[in-house]
Amino acid sequence: MSEQPLFSFRNSWFATSVGVTAAIAVLAALAGLIWLPLAQPDLKLSGIWDAICSAAGVPRVSSQGNAIQPDFKTSNVVMTSEMLTKPNQVSIGRGATLAQRCAICHGPQGVSDANSPNLAGQFAAVTYKELNDFKTGARVNVVMSPFAATMSDQDMLDVAAYYAYLPRVPSNNLDPKVAAPAIVTIGAPMRNVPPCGACHGDIDNKAGSPWLGGQSAVYIKAQLHAFASGSRRNDISQQMRNIARQMTSEEIDQVAHYYEAQP
Amino acid sequence: MLTNKRLILAHFWLAFIVFGAALVLGAWQMFVRSPLNAWHFNPEFYYRSVTAHGSAMGYVFPTLVAMGFGYAITESALEKPLIGRRWAWAGFFLVAIGAVVAMIPVSLGLASVLYTFYPPMVGNPFYYIGVVMVVVGSWIWVALMSINMAIWKRENPDKPVPLAMFANVAGSYLWGWTAVGAALEIIFQILPVALGLRSTIDAGLARVFFSWTLHAIVYFWLIPTYIAYYTIFPRAIGGRLYSDAMARISFILFVVVAMPIGVHHLFADPQVGAGFKFMHSVFTGLVALPTLLTVFTICASAEIASRLRGGHGAFGWITALPWQNPIMLATALSLVMLGFGGAGGLINMSYQLDASIHNTQWITGHFHLIFGGAIVIMYFAIAYDLWPHLTGRALESFGLMRTQLWLWFIGMIVTTFPWHYVGILGMPRRMAFYDYANPAISPQAFSVVMSAVGGFILLLSGALFLTVLIRGQWADNSEAGSYRFAIPLHMPARIPAALNSFGLWLALMIGLTVVNYGYPIAQLMVLKETNVPAVYVGAGR
Ligand code: HEM
Ligand SMILES: [Cu+2]
Repeated sequence: MSEQPLFSFRNSWFATSVGVTAAIAVLAALAGLIWLPLAQPDLKLSGIWDAICSAAGVPRVSSQGNAIQPDFKTSNVVMTSEMLTKPNQVSIGRGATLAQRCAICHGPQGVSDANSPNLAGQFAAVTYKELNDFKTGARVNVVMSPFAATMSDQDMLDVAAYYAYLPRVPSNNLDPKVAAPAIVTIGAPMRNVPPCGACHGDIDNKAGSPWLGGQSAVYIKAQLHAFASGSRRNDISQQMRNIARQMTSEEIDQVAHYYEAQP
Repeated sequence: MLTNKRLILAHFWLAFIVFGAALVLGAWQMFVRSPLNAWHFNPEFYYRSVTAHGSAMGYVFPTLVAMGFGYAITESALEKPLIGRRWAWAGFFLVAIGAVVAMIPVSLGLASVLYTFYPPMVGNPFYYIGVVMVVVGSWIWVALMSINMAIWKRENPDKPVPLAMFANVAGSYLWGWTAVGAALEIIFQILPVALGLRSTIDAGLARVFFSWTLHAIVYFWLIPTYIAYYTIFPRAIGGRLYSDAMARISFILFVVVAMPIGVHHLFADPQVGAGFKFMHSVFTGLVALPTLLTVFTICASAEIASRLRGGHGAFGWITALPWQNPIMLATALSLVMLGFGGAGGLINMSYQLDASIHNTQWITGHFHLIFGGAIVIMYFAIAYDLWPHLTGRALESFGLMRTQLWLWFIGMIVTTFPWHYVGILGMPRRMAFYDYANPAISPQAFSVVMSAVGGFILLLSGALFLTVLIRGQWADNSEAGSYRFAIPLHMPARIPAALNSFGLWLALMIGLTVVNYGYPIAQLMVLKETNVPAVYVGAGR
């Protein structure tokens, strides 16, 4: 059965199978490594060799210099879950004195009647971060920014410790019967919104997320709209902006009233 | 002329026992993660179970079937006793012991890494050692198949190698080479970490090596089924094989193009360049060719059989087929499942569509339909066909066989159709918990329940299958005659050397592997930054 040696181009089985296989491989390589990458304008290739390297997956160092800098300030506070969780008596005492200037808006006991946020019982890390962001300009407010501008790092730590030390006082709108809206308990998975309670306390508390119970509904609404529109952007990695953008106005109303009614 | 019947029976029995046990695990998995279960279980058990089920069904069961069937083919097609009987037994015991060695750490919860290994997860070394033993045992079979064919060819220089043997050797070569990928991954990457010699692993490279094995292994599972299509089915229904050459070309195409396409399992992976993904896609498209050839040849063979029996008309011949015959029934049901599974495969192989179903339950639905369905149903048929020749006792419960085959088909459809569907809804695969109370997930609950019901139908069918075989062991003695394979319509007197040997095809297989895998592997091996810390599974317990 060995009329023609198999491994010879005169054997038509050999010639055809090797030829066809090689042709397919070469055409596939030309298309995959050269033609298709060059056909994609977004790749910004400088030539054939560049195309081949890109399609073959050769790792390329991207130059840091070209990175686009944002035209606004971002928060430089590094949050950890341990941060400011061990209160210091001296610090609380100093903070009490410093907080005299805050009382006109935030209330002598850290509870506001003016729709400014209630600070009594707020996590120290949260108050510290906001003050710091006002100082660096990552968060801007006509009233708060000038106050923060003159505070030292120690001042901010002390004030934060003092407010964390004050007991939480329920608001006038306390009503534990208000049912939690779905967005608080289960979020909206199809819109990539996790439950509010997963960070803000009902289910779990994550570092840097403020306690919202008893907070003024007007204030909560204003902040969610500010996150959604991008006028507030000191949230690390856009955590709140990504959520607020996906929320409907009704949901914003619901959560504002729900949290106001909580202890 | 089957001489080593005990050897062959040992392979089949062990295969089917492993299959039965893994089937129970499968049904349990279906149940616990469905809404039918009230959640009172330890999710860790789920991953142990999935690891055991996948390793048993993916590695041990089909390998033993291919080996046992391979020995049966060697003796009956070449009409002489197997050469290397002791080696064959050694291979068998390596597989059997390897399976036990692998399953002990898995059942202890020390290696819940799933059958795809998934580095950087690393489990107990004995799991991997067991898997390597299974593979080495099967390599002995690969060598024996090759040696037996070579010696027969030397003794019969003027005769073509019988088709069944040719296809069997094709399958063994395919397996021999494709297993190299996972073997490299285990021996050079995972085992050093599992043994504590190293603490980092290149997970991306490991996935590339695994993909080398992962695609062609499915064709290794498929080859016994295709052999049954070509060489058992036409004979069993009283017809002839439409074309012997077409059959050889199909098996040759599997050898050549099943290998250089595995990167289609890595479409979503960042460590392989888009250009190589494209090249693998092109060859993935080609691999449909042998299947299309097969479907055509088998349908033509069925038509020949029917017309020999007096069937007529453009479609009327279909009704004249011997539908009472379990082999006829199994083949038809298998082709239907192959069709649905192949349609799903087309979606998997297209880069954009795959993105929406990658790592969802769609994938598990897909391979259960095609492997568990189309392929395994032919393993049943092979067992039914071969059993009387192995045991010397007739299998008489034809009604039971037909019920069993129908139940397998129905169970598989009921299981896998909803399974595909929830995958489209986004249900991820390989998770123990799904919170069906969540409004975003609750629409999937009904489909998952359906799948679980299908799982129990499959379990019932599996039990019936074992019942038929066990009953066969007690039936009366009866001489089944010598075991024969289908005769082609035109018996080739001479065939070209290319269709009677493998040198050329193995060269193309290895060459294409180097072309399509060479650069991605070399690059990852050179880059040191691609190593990540290993995650030890079951540590600290
Ligand atoms: C036309 C034929 C086929 C094509 C094009 C095809 C394509 C694919 C692709 C692209 C994937 C990966 C999808 C992903 O992970 O995103 C896949 C998964 C899989 N296929 Fe197929 N397939 C085909 C036939 C088969 C056959 C015949 C079998 C079994 C014998 C099979 C068994 C599997 C298995 C086991 C997996 C999942 C592997 C894992 O666990 O990751 N496929 N298929
Ligand atoms: Cu594949």
